[in-house]
Amino acid sequence: MSVTGKIWALHLGVLVMLAVAQAVLPAYHANNLARIMVLAVFAMGYNIAFGYTGLLSLGHALFFGFGMYGMGLAVWQVEWTFFPAVVLGLLAGGASAAAVGMLALRTAGVSFMIVTLMFAQAGYLTVLYFNQYTGGDQGFAVEAFARQVFGYDLAQDTPRAVAAFVLFAVALVLNLVLVRSRFGRVMAAMRENEERSRMLGYDVFHVKLRVMVISGLYAGAAGAAFGVLFGYVGANFATVQYSILPMLYVLMGGAGVVLGPLLGAVVMFYLIDIASGLTSAHLLVVGVALVVLVLFAPRGLLGMVRERWLPWLP
Amino acid sequence: MAAVILQASGLSRAFGGLQAVDGVDFELQAGEIHALIGPNGAGKTTFVSLLSGRIKPDAGVIRLGGSDITALPAHARVRAGIAYTFQITSIYPRLSVFDNVALAVRGGDLAASVMAALRRVGLAERADQVAGNLSYGHQRLLEVAMGLALSPRVLILDEPTQGLAAGEIAGFVALIRSLVPQTTVLLIEHNMEVVMGLADRITVLNFGRVLARGTTAEIRANPAVQAAYLGGDDAVA
Ligand SMILES: Nc1ncnc2c1ncn2[C@@H]1O[C@H](COP(=O)(O)OP(=O)(O)OP(=O)(O)O)[C@@H](O)[C@H]1O
Ligand SMILES: [Mg+2]
Repeated sequence: MSVTGKIWALHLGVLVMLAVAQAVLPAYHANNLARIMVLAVFAMGYNIAFGYTGLLSLGHALFFGFGMYGMGLAVWQVEWTFFPAVVLGLLAGGASAAAVGMLALRTAGVSFMIVTLMFAQAGYLTVLYFNQYTGGDQGFAVEAFARQVFGYDLAQDTPRAVAAFVLFAVALVLNLVLVRSRFGRVMAAMRENEERSRMLGYDVFHVKLRVMVISGLYAGAAGAAFGVLFGYVGANFATVQYSILPMLYVLMGGAGVVLGPLLGAVVMFYLIDIASGLTSAHLLVVGVALVVLVLFAPRGLLGMVRERWLPWLP
Repeated sequence: MAAVILQASGLSRAFGGLQAVDGVDFELQAGEIHALIGPNGAGKTTFVSLLSGRIKPDAGVIRLGGSDITALPAHARVRAGIAYTFQITSIYPRLSVFDNVALAVRGGDLAASVMAALRRVGLAERADQVAGNLSYGHQRLLEVAMGLALSPRVLILDEPTQGLAAGEIAGFVALIRSLVPQTTVLLIEHNMEVVMGLADRITVLNFGRVLARGTTAEIRANPAVQAAYLGGDDAVA
């Protein structure tokens, strides 16, 4: 089989497995899987910026939050229905990333991390400050009328699982197409050697800004979907914890690997789930897992797989 | 006389108190091979960095084919036709040789353009290798291939033969000769055999200023050049 054939067989195979898992798993795990798939979309967006382009952002919670609140406020304040509200959330994620990128991309390295972190923190505080419009730290429920799609009710398990799967599948295929495109190679060029790229005629700022927007669209879509699928919008989704989360997923699963965010999300989600059943110090377990990862698979699980066995893994 | 393709006037740049390039006037004729020589620290790399836009001048004007490009950022100058290969090898070590060159190609048949550039420098067989695993000399040639793949109007090479084996140098000289007159070449080079064998004209820099300029024969005969440079540790062959 050609490399292209192998790549598509693998990724479509994973999608088939996910669909089957959704159908056969008990409700508790099927519901977890829906959450994991939406969060994996968020992490895929993070991976596009960090794993492929080398942009280490600590502010992705802002884009996720913009997606969630863009959708949620449109439903709550102006009674938009599912599709327009979710599209607004998607676009809000992209637009917020463009705005942050315009300013933050004038810096690099540690400064970039700090500037993105500050913006995200400012966004979180803004949500709290305008609590009469945003619900503050209480948040608000997404009303039932906005959770109807083609006559199905997203409050029920099966429609919700299908919606999460469709979002994930579209995001995965687009991610694969992106990183295998000419622009995908340019993204890697930014990560590998910025000065060389500039001297090959690439406008470094412009390329990175485009990447930020793509990454923000992913985060926005995931934020909007999370709100509408699980029926709740709240300020805790805009905290720094939600900037760290996609980073952990990506580091665990493999930065710069398309399937890395999914694998990372599955592993971290269940690690936390199992650990919190055993001990109240479940964050300690997460910490230990990360130390083990850094020691034995510094490029993440799929990064290691690519290094040892599957050099063609995109 | 041939047209001037790239021109600098009054170009200056200081680093702190050090005047690395000091009021240089310079003309590159379309289709020539022009060598830029001078002792270590003379300001050669700084000067061509000003031309390519990697660093900003303190004063002076740069024109490409008559239009003022002084304010253009580096990436736009590359697109306008000025290619620069780094003195300190700068490639994408973790990408394949093919991908390195592919990043330089704009439009057209990607694979064909990449392989054509690799063939010219003799690296076609190594297209699938990881660039960082190439020998140092091959990495230099890869950088030249990236420069060629840009199809530039002006190709600036900063000490390209550094680290090449003697046998590779002969091939390299033939390659550069095959580029003109379609491409104009500005060559910084310490190997005097290469300079004397290739250059149509030579500019000598010393302490950031033009010490002399002229044909190969004129430079060879110039007593000031001999005193400042050729008599030094880089003796003329
Ligand atoms: N970024 C910089 N910051 C400070 N000083 C610099 C910088 N770049 C160059 N210089 C100084 O400017 C002077 C000219 O350096 P340049 O690299 O242009 O010389 P060169 O002629 O290319 O030398 P070589 O033959 O060794 O490559 C040197 O004294 C160098 O130390
Ligand atoms: Mg130099």
